[in-house]
Amino acid sequence: MADGTTTVGRSASRRSARSAWVPWAYLAPALLLYGVFLLFPLVRAAQFSFFEWDGLGASTFVGFDNYVEIIFDERLREAFWHALVLVFFYAVLPLVIGLLLASLLTRAQVRGLGFFRSVIFLPQVIAMVVVAVTWRQIYAPDGPLNGFLRMIGLGALARPWLGDYAFTLPAVGLIGTWVCTGLVTVLLMAGMSRVPRELYEAARLDGSGPVREFFAITLPMVRGEITVALTLTIVAALKTFDLVYVTTSGGPGTSTTVPSYEIYRRAFELGEVGVATAVGVVLTIIVFAINGVVNMIGDRK
Amino acid sequence: MKVSPIERGANYVVLVAFALIVLGPIAVIVSLAFGPQSASAAREGGLFHPENFPEAWEIGRFGQYMLNSVIVAVIVVVVAVLASILAGYALGTMKFRGATLMFYVFLLGIMVPTEAFIVPLYFDLRVVGLTNTVWGVAAPQIAMSIAFGTYWMRTYFRTSSRALIDAARLDGAGSMRILWQVLVPIGRPAILTLVLLTFMWTWNEFLIPLVMSPSGSVRTAPLGLAFFQGQYTQGTALLAAGAVMVALPIVLLYVFLQRHFIKGMIEGAVRE
Repeated sequence: MADGTTTVGRSASRRSARSAWVPWAYLAPALLLYGVFLLFPLVRAAQFSFFEWDGLGASTFVGFDNYVEIIFDERLREAFWHALVLVFFYAVLPLVIGLLLASLLTRAQVRGLGFFRSVIFLPQVIAMVVVAVTWRQIYAPDGPLNGFLRMIGLGALARPWLGDYAFTLPAVGLIGTWVCTGLVTVLLMAGMSRVPRELYEAARLDGSGPVREFFAITLPMVRGEITVALTLTIVAALKTFDLVYVTTSGGPGTSTTVPSYEIYRRAFELGEVGVATAVGVVLTIIVFAINGVVNMIGDRK
Repeated sequence: MKVSPIERGANYVVLVAFALIVLGPIAVIVSLAFGPQSASAAREGGLFHPENFPEAWEIGRFGQYMLNSVIVAVIVVVVAVLASILAGYALGTMKFRGATLMFYVFLLGIMVPTEAFIVPLYFDLRVVGLTNTVWGVAAPQIAMSIAFGTYWMRTYFRTSSRALIDAARLDGAGSMRILWQVLVPIGRPAILTLVLLTFMWTWNEFLIPLVMSPSGSVRTAPLGLAFFQGQYTQGTALLAAGAVMVALPIVLLYVFLQRHFIKGMIEGAVRE
């Protein structure tokens, strides 16, 4: 459009020569800020990851040693394993709940759906630190969760949820489920509301029940929304930082440490900048790979 | 679609149950925030203690932290939204060599995890003396917001009326005038959504201010809250009051403008 072909006469050539840089002038401020404060540091991260550096003194080139350490350092291996467990709580569980919830609510038009949508979306806008502080209180040894368990006669189950080697990671994960389920459900509800009613009517005439309807119609029609929901929530799970920092600091022991927390700890507490950036590079590659795979599967049909 | 009354009834039960699961934890923190600070305070002063809020504000220095948050958020919103409008305008309405490549370059930034680029950025900004400053805390968030903002504004400009742009051009309007006098005024809803989302993400951000201000001189509200939790361990009432105060500005915006938040986060996520 800015190529100047609509103008006539001698101004045409001048205008097209001038207009070649016009889009770049509009792009310049964004490109400059984005380049200097995001793209360039990303390149620097790749560079840093080949050095051993404590953040202060001289640095030594170590080749791929920092990457090798990710494989052999038990704590780092654990961190990536924990991230995978969190993917279940952030992405898989909310998707299953969201699919059930959204298809139930779309089938029967009940009142108050708009209000319900606003309520279940609410955790998305609350600062993660506030969410973490809140759930720390709920999980506290004498907190509401244990109080509730004792009240209904299940006092034997009561425990310090964030101080127990076996239960802390699922307890942290469930906070992620609480945060993500609303987003996933709202996304799926938007998708399901676009499915033509006639499809269901026709299916019903053929005598199919709700379960068949779900697998034959609903699920294939919201493929796109499922892809988006999984991309968002898996990335959120892999990037978990605030939640772990505030609730457990990776503990007890190493039972809830995650890649992001290890990056922070190694770079700013232990002075292992090289390893920290290597973990960051690996995390970025994993995020991009998962994005690619999920979208590939989502686009296949 | 017709469903049996039983199914309809069951749906209401499910609806209410899930709403309660979401609201339960929020009710817990709010009731703790208004509750007594200790058992003895409960015996003497009853169960309702709104004075927790001014007390937490004072002890936790939330006044200063919230001011930091506001300053950082305003800088990020103004700079990022302006830059995004300009860049989105170029990518959405102009054909030029490299446009597609540029689109993907910005898209990349939406996915890059903060923790990957923040470590080298901290050490480089330390060399130029930008750490522990408002600008050091704002800059990486401006860059991240530009990635999303450019993507968001490009989508808006692509769907904006071509006829309108052509009519304005026939009237002799230059590209700057078309942008600010035609497209921006009718694009106010899209821009408002972007402003709200950018404000929310900046207000809620934790890792960037944590890394960029190790001395604590530019501590934002969420960091202040985490710090308060570590420092102030007697009782939970004041901590809960602090948590409510940190979340409140965004929750209030959400209550009044929730359509923008939901629409923005749902549509902003759907890539082409």
